[in-house]
Amino acid sequence: MAESGSAGREKRGMKKLWRFGGGVKLSGHKTVSDPAKVQRAPLPKRLYLPLRQHIGAPAEPVVEVGSYVYKGQVLAVSSAFVSAPVHAPSSGTVIAIEKHTMPHQSGIAEECAVIETDGADRWHPDIAPLPRPGLLSADELRARIREAGIVGLGGAVFPSAAKLKPPRAIDTLILNGVECEPYITCDDALMRSRPEEIVRGLLLVQRVVESAECIIAVEDNKPEAIARMRDAVEKLRASGVGGSDAIEVVAVPTRFPAGGEKQLIKVLTGKEVPQGGLPYEIGIVCLNVGTTAAVYDAVYEGRPLVARIMTVTGPQIRQPANFEVLIGTPVQDMLDAAGGVVSDAHTLIMGGPMMGTRLPHGQVPVVKASNCILVENAALADRQPAMPCIRCGTCATVCPINLLPQQLYWHARGKAYDKLDRHHLADCIECGCCAVVCPSRIPLVQYFRYAKTEKAAQEARDAFADQSRVRMQLREARLARLAREQEERKAKRKAARLGKKKTKVPIDQAGPATREMAGEAREVVA
Amino acid sequence: MADAQSMSERFSSSPFIPASASVGAVMRTVLYALVPGIVLYALLFGWGVIVNILLASISSLAFELVMLVVRGRPLRRYLFDGSALVTAVLLALALPPLVAWWIPVAGAFVAIVAAKHLYGGLGYNAFNPAMAGYAVLLISFPREMSIWAEPLALAEHPLSLAQTLVFSLAHQLPDALSFDALTSATPLDYLRTQVGLGRSVRDSVGAPIFGHVAGLGMEWVNAGYLLGGVWLIYRKVISWHIPVAVLASLACISGIGFVLDPQVYASPLLHLFGGASMLGAFFIATDPITASTTPWGRIIYGAGIGVLIFSIRAWGGYPDGVAFAVLVMGLTVPLVDQYTVPRAFGARARHGDG
Repeated sequence: MAESGSAGREKRGMKKLWRFGGGVKLSGHKTVSDPAKVQRAPLPKRLYLPLRQHIGAPAEPVVEVGSYVYKGQVLAVSSAFVSAPVHAPSSGTVIAIEKHTMPHQSGIAEECAVIETDGADRWHPDIAPLPRPGLLSADELRARIREAGIVGLGGAVFPSAAKLKPPRAIDTLILNGVECEPYITCDDALMRSRPEEIVRGLLLVQRVVESAECIIAVEDNKPEAIARMRDAVEKLRASGVGGSDAIEVVAVPTRFPAGGEKQLIKVLTGKEVPQGGLPYEIGIVCLNVGTTAAVYDAVYEGRPLVARIMTVTGPQIRQPANFEVLIGTPVQDMLDAAGGVVSDAHTLIMGGPMMGTRLPHGQVPVVKASNCILVENAALADRQPAMPCIRCGTCATVCPINLLPQQLYWHARGKAYDKLDRHHLADCIECGCCAVVCPSRIPLVQYFRYAKTEKAAQEARDAFADQSRVRMQLREARLARLAREQEERKAKRKAARLGKKKTKVPIDQAGPATREMAGEAREVVA
Repeated sequence: MADAQSMSERFSSSPFIPASASVGAVMRTVLYALVPGIVLYALLFGWGVIVNILLASISSLAFELVMLVVRGRPLRRYLFDGSALVTAVLLALALPPLVAWWIPVAGAFVAIVAAKHLYGGLGYNAFNPAMAGYAVLLISFPREMSIWAEPLALAEHPLSLAQTLVFSLAHQLPDALSFDALTSATPLDYLRTQVGLGRSVRDSVGAPIFGHVAGLGMEWVNAGYLLGGVWLIYRKVISWHIPVAVLASLACISGIGFVLDPQVYASPLLHLFGGASMLGAFFIATDPITASTTPWGRIIYGAGIGVLIFSIRAWGGYPDGVAFAVLVMGLTVPLVDQYTVPRAFGARARHGDG
């Protein structure tokens, strides 16, 4: 563990760290955008608020086109457990609710509320700090976190309130400030500028999940952020803030993808999240530093999540920097704020170079998950024709999940879905390590993403076919039974006639066959 | 395939990081790693080593060119990827240093045309091309393939480069020199014959063609390959699994034989530093395309090769067994790979894992 810059003021417990398998050393490019400063982005003319910026059910709009909204006013809500509301990031008029292109791999369009800002940036009058946040119960805090529209800001955008209601007890709360992707410095900038808010937010979350231990993990290439976080923890400890004794700031070795949730948990605790499972199953909850800063804002300031820190960086942007940006700001506005692009030979990537998404153009909004806009040289995104796989296996040595990418590649090309299962395709986190070390320069991640969607489609088709077959079989069985029952009734009537005994069967005692016959008739008509 | 390919042309997805490695770089590193062994081999066994390498390289590149044209493959991408050159050099190093020109050329033909391109080219060959070429030569021309140039230390009239070329191309030797005077059986071959005749190993290795621990000269050549191989591991071009497994299993099984009956079985050191052991362990068995690719698979594959090398040397019909050991174990790779899939992160712990 590197101790640089963290000045041995704090007595270090020298926490034992583990190693995750695989991974790669990457050049950081972290100084391109200065993490020491956060600029405020100019207020955009229009904001595009996707109604779904989270995993789970989309929110339903509660405002109409033409209505005036204040900053922080609710635009859309959902009653689903896994969902999050969306708020207006600035005051203005809702001028449309329509589809816009999302920063998504497929360039998919989602329903957005479009706000024309009035320049006043006026907060909603109801927005005020919660009275006595120290006395709020876990349920009240959770409700507040949900109302504030907080989702995981590390990129997965899982609604935080749902995450903070785990079905079992939590021992360890991990705050992820690792930020292992090259170029991105927004979490670094946040940790340097708002360390105390991050820690206070963490303490609130600690109360919600009642964890005994809190670890703040930062990659050891960010000595400044580590020092600030340690100072903040110490300050709270000195003033006797409850729970601050349980917090430890840990520097983790710089190696991609150390910031991946599962990899980080392994490094800090030695435990592995079960295959296909979630961290709570081993008593752990993991949050991004930005998320607890948002929790702080929601509870101590009463403000919903309407802005975040985002890095605009890369070789093709004139003035790389970190910005506090309103959710819904068009990417183009942020490029302009950063001095514009150097040349037309650029490619827009949302996220980092390893796992980011290529944007079709600048007319997509910044969403809650947007941590970075990377403006790369266009040539980098042009695929060189790949050479055949020579099975060197370098990809397997860097795979943090211990998969065999060379075999997955083979089976993905052959569409051998059963073999892909055997090789655990579903566990692939698409971190890109395999692709960057491949001497044949095969776009492995692309093959795996494609295979995953193909496999899902195939399974959906299979499920539909199974369902149809079952329905068909049931229908045949039903028709056979109907015919049989009719025969029996006929025989019975015949017997009754012969016995000269007349009994009338009321319709509600007529047995299922009669009722089903009525249903059958409807089916035929339909 | 067509779908996946067009998909990959259509969207380019992450990662957006310039690739650092290339097939060409990997192959070049392998060639550099062979340099110490080649230099020692040429210094100790004469110009024939270099002539063989040149003949095999030129003809391999020519066959590669022809096959790429015939198969309509882009020349610029494939011709200089270095793979044909690596095949050629490995083949040449497996040959006796003093042979007629058509031996390396015929070997290159089998390696490049049959073993490589008829199976689909780079990445698709089922068998190690260099060893396939060598095996075909050994079976077809057993006499030419089993007479080795004498170490220069024993030769009374070492051939100059010009004389070597004349011998190779025109099969003519300087006056007063006979082919027999320049050649001998290899130490491993000699040992087998002697033991077959009832002499003990200890008496046999007293012959002048033996050095400190193995064949005179050849032990140093093996040391050169060992040096280059360790460097390849250090450079992460190959993983340690295969060479360590080959050498460890060869050492173990020959050690068992040596302990049980030192009259009949040679010492482990003679096995490790004799014949093509080091070349095989570090450069031939590690050919990625035909070797196993899982960690445990590589260990099984390498251990199998070690056992087979010993078995062929001790009880088989050929003086050395590296080529056949590699080819036979190559057959097991699909099965071995299938049963040695490593434990995925978070999967329940299984035998052999943390």
